[in-house]
Amino acid sequence: MKRKHRRLLVVAVSLGLLGAAAGLILNAVEDSLVFFYTPTDLAERATPPENRFRLGGLVEEGSVRTEGATTHFVVTDLNQAVPASYTGVLPDLFREGQGVVAEGTLGPDGRFTAREVLAKHDETYMPKEVADALRESGQWRDGDAAR
Amino acid sequence: MIAEIGQYVLIAAFVIAAVQSVVPLWGAARGDIGLMAVGGRAAIAQAAALLIAFAALTHGFVTSDFSLAVVFQNSHSLKPMLYKVSGVWGNHEGSMLLWVLVLALFSAAVAIFGRNLPPTLKARVLAIQAMIGVAFLAFIIFTSNPFARLSPAPPDGTGLNPLLQDPGLAFHPPLLYLGYVGFSMAFSFAIAALIEGRVDAAWGRWVRPWTLAAWTFLTGGIALGSWWAYYELGWGGWWFWDPVENASFIPWLFGTALLHSSIVVEKRDALKSWTILLAILTFSMSLLGTFLVRSGILTSVHAFATDPERGVFILAILAVAIGGALTLFAVRAPGMKGGGLFAPASREGALVANNMLLTVAAATVLLGTLYPLILEALSGGQTRVSVGPPFFNATFGPIMVPLVLLVAVGPLLAWKRGNLGAAAHKLIPAAIAAVATIVATFLAVPDGPALAPFAMGLAAWLGVGTLAEWSSRIRLFSSPPADALRRLSGLPRAASGMTLAHLGLAVMIVGITGSSAWRAELVTTLVPGETAEGAGYAVTLQAVTEGRGPNYSFERGTLLIPEDGAPVTTLITERRFFPVANQTTTEAGIHTTLLADLYGVIGERGRTPETANAWTVRFFVNPLVPWIWMGALLMSLGGLLSLSDRRHRVGAPRRAAGAATHTAPAAAE
Repeated sequence: MKRKHRRLLVVAVSLGLLGAAAGLILNAVEDSLVFFYTPTDLAERATPPENRFRLGGLVEEGSVRTEGATTHFVVTDLNQAVPASYTGVLPDLFREGQGVVAEGTLGPDGRFTAREVLAKHDETYMPKEVADALRESGQWRDGDAAR
Repeated sequence: MIAEIGQYVLIAAFVIAAVQSVVPLWGAARGDIGLMAVGGRAAIAQAAALLIAFAALTHGFVTSDFSLAVVFQNSHSLKPMLYKVSGVWGNHEGSMLLWVLVLALFSAAVAIFGRNLPPTLKARVLAIQAMIGVAFLAFIIFTSNPFARLSPAPPDGTGLNPLLQDPGLAFHPPLLYLGYVGFSMAFSFAIAALIEGRVDAAWGRWVRPWTLAAWTFLTGGIALGSWWAYYELGWGGWWFWDPVENASFIPWLFGTALLHSSIVVEKRDALKSWTILLAILTFSMSLLGTFLVRSGILTSVHAFATDPERGVFILAILAVAIGGALTLFAVRAPGMKGGGLFAPASREGALVANNMLLTVAAATVLLGTLYPLILEALSGGQTRVSVGPPFFNATFGPIMVPLVLLVAVGPLLAWKRGNLGAAAHKLIPAAIAAVATIVATFLAVPDGPALAPFAMGLAAWLGVGTLAEWSSRIRLFSSPPADALRRLSGLPRAASGMTLAHLGLAVMIVGITGSSAWRAELVTTLVPGETAEGAGYAVTLQAVTEGRGPNYSFERGTLLIPEDGAPVTTLITERRFFPVANQTTTEAGIHTTLLADLYGVIGERGRTPETANAWTVRFFVNPLVPWIWMGALLMSLGGLLSLSDRRHRVGAPRRAAGAATHTAPAAAE
C-alpha cells in the first residue's frame, strides 16, 4: 500500500469517526441538556419547562418538613419561591438558609419534584449559579460568601 | 521562623527556575556544554528548595501554627495527625505547592537519571520544565502564597473540610498530581524535539517510560478518587461525569493514546508528528484540568470554595503554553518525515485506530464538559445549562465499543503487515466466550437493560482475547508445560504489563456494566427495630447509637440484612457531625462480596415529634462494583510491571547514525 493511499485511508476513517461522533453528540445534546432556572426565571416564563431542569436558590428558612422519606422544602431567590420535594437521603449540607441546586421536573400544580439534590463539599461554598441569580435579583452582596 | 524559611526558599526556587529556563536553552543553541550543564544542577537545586518549602508548610500544619493563614483556614488542633499532614494539600495554596514540587521532582529525575540523554535534548527538556515551573511559582507567590501570616494569630483553626478527613482522600491528590504533572515530561520532550527538529526511535524510547509512569499514577489517582466518592459521599455512585472528574479523565484518555502511539515511534519510527501533537495535547488537558478545578468556573458536585480571579492567571498560563506549543508545532512538524510504511491490518494500523477512537472519545468528553461555559459565554450569561451523565453515556459509550473490540485484536497483529486470518483464528475462543456470556447474562437477568448482556459479552471478548494472545505468546497449549513456563519467564515485562492492563480493562467493564445496569435501591424511614423490604432484601434497622470520635460526634446505625443460607450481614453506617466546621458527613456501611456490594447509609432523624425516633435509611445493592476497583488495580499493576522492564532504562539510549554531535560526556555505557 502506497503512502498516499494509506494517508487517504487514515483521513477517510478519521472523518468518518468524527462524523459519527458529531452525530452522537448532536443526538445526545438534544435531550440531555439540563437548563438552570431560578424561581424568578420560572415566574417570568410564559410556559413552564417540560423537561428536567435545575432549580437553584436558597432553602427558605422554616420551610423544611419531612413526611416519611420525603422532604418538602421551598426554594427561594428572595424574590420568588417554588415549593419542592425530594424523596431520599438529602446531602449532608442541605440546610435551611443554605444554597441549593436541585434537578428535577415541575408538576402542573407548580410543585417541583427533585430527582437529585446536588451536594456541595464545603459549607462556605455558594453554587455559582445561585450566587449569580441572587446577584441579579439584588439580594446578594459580594463578600457574603465566607471566601 | 520556619515559615519564613519556607517563604524564602519558595522565592529562591522561582529564581532558580528562571535561570533554568533560559541558560540551558542558550547553551544548547550555542553548543556550550558548560551552560547546558547548568540545567541539571538548577533542576536539582529547585527540587531541593521546593522540598524545603513543602516541609516548612508541613511543619506549620503538624505543629498547628495558626499564625499561618492557610493553617488557620484548613486545620484544627484537635484533628488527627494523618489529616494534619494531608491538610497540607487539602487546600488551594498547599495543593499548588504540591503541584510545582512534583514538577520539580520530575525535572530532577531527568537531571539524575537522564545521563544517557544527548546533552542538548536534556538541556532543552529541563528548560521547558523550568518554564512551566516559573509560571506556576509566579502564580503561587503572587496570588496564593501558602506562607501568608495572620496577625494576631488566632487561638485555633477552622478545621479541614470534614469530607477530606478520610484516608482515601489523603492520598488521592498526590497520586493524581504525579499523573497530571508527570505528563509535563512528555510535553517538555515534545517541545525539545520540535526545537531540535528531530524525532526518532530513540526519542520514543526516552519518552515512553515517563508517559507510562504518569499514566500509572493517574490511573491510581482517579480510581482512588472514585472509590472515595463511592463510600464517603453516601450516594451509592462512583462516577458522576462531573466537570472535576472529567478534568482528570480527559488527560487520562489523551495519555492512554500517547502511551500507545509512542510505542509506534519507538518500534517503527512512524507517527512522529502525531505523537508530538498528542504529547502537547495531553499536558494541555492537564493544565486545563487544573484551571477548571482551581477556578471554580463550572458548577461541580465536587466544587470547593474557589476564587475566580486566580482562574484568570491559570488561564493566561494555559493560553501561552498551548498557543506557544501549537505554534511551534505548526512551524516545525511539516518537516518531520515519518518512516515505516504499514498495511491497515497491522499492529501500527491497530494502534492508529486506537488513537483515533481515544482522541475522539476525549474530545466528546471535553466538549460536554466545556459546553455549559461556551453556551453561557455566547448567550451573555443568560442561558445556564449543565450537561449530565445522559450526554456522556450516549456519546462516550458507543465510541468505546469498537475500541474494546479492537483491543483484543491489536496485540495479535504483527508489525508492518498483520495476518487477519491468523488473528481471527486465535480469537475463536474469545468469540465463543462472548456469545456464551451474552446468552448466560440474558438468562440470568432477563429483566435488566437490553444492552447490558452485550456489554458483558464485550468484556468476555476482551478478557478471553487477551488471555488467548498471552497463551499463544508462551505457546501454552502447543508445547510441553515446561517449555511454556520457560517462555513465560522469558516474556518481556512490557508485554506482561500490557496483558495485565488489558485484562484490567475487561474486569472494569464487567464492574461498570453490573453497577449501572442492575443496581437496586430502597429508600425508607425506619424506627430502630423496624424492618423494610426492597431491592430483594429485608433490611432491619437494629439500633442507632451515639458516640464521639477524635474531633466529631456520631450517630451509628446498625443495619441487619439476612440472606438465605448465610449468616446475617451487618452494615455499620455513621453520620458524623464535626462541630468545628458545623458540617455533617456520611460513612457508608458496605458489605463487599465478589458479586455485589450491599451498601447502606442512614440519613437525618425525623424533624417532627412523631418522627423524632425514625431515621431515613437508604440501601443499595450495587452489583459487581468491586470489579471496577480490581480492574483499575490491574491496570496500574500492568503499568508498574511494564515500567520495571529493564529495556525502558537501558539499551538504545544512543542515537542512531548521524548523531555525531551527541557524544554525551557522561554516557551510561
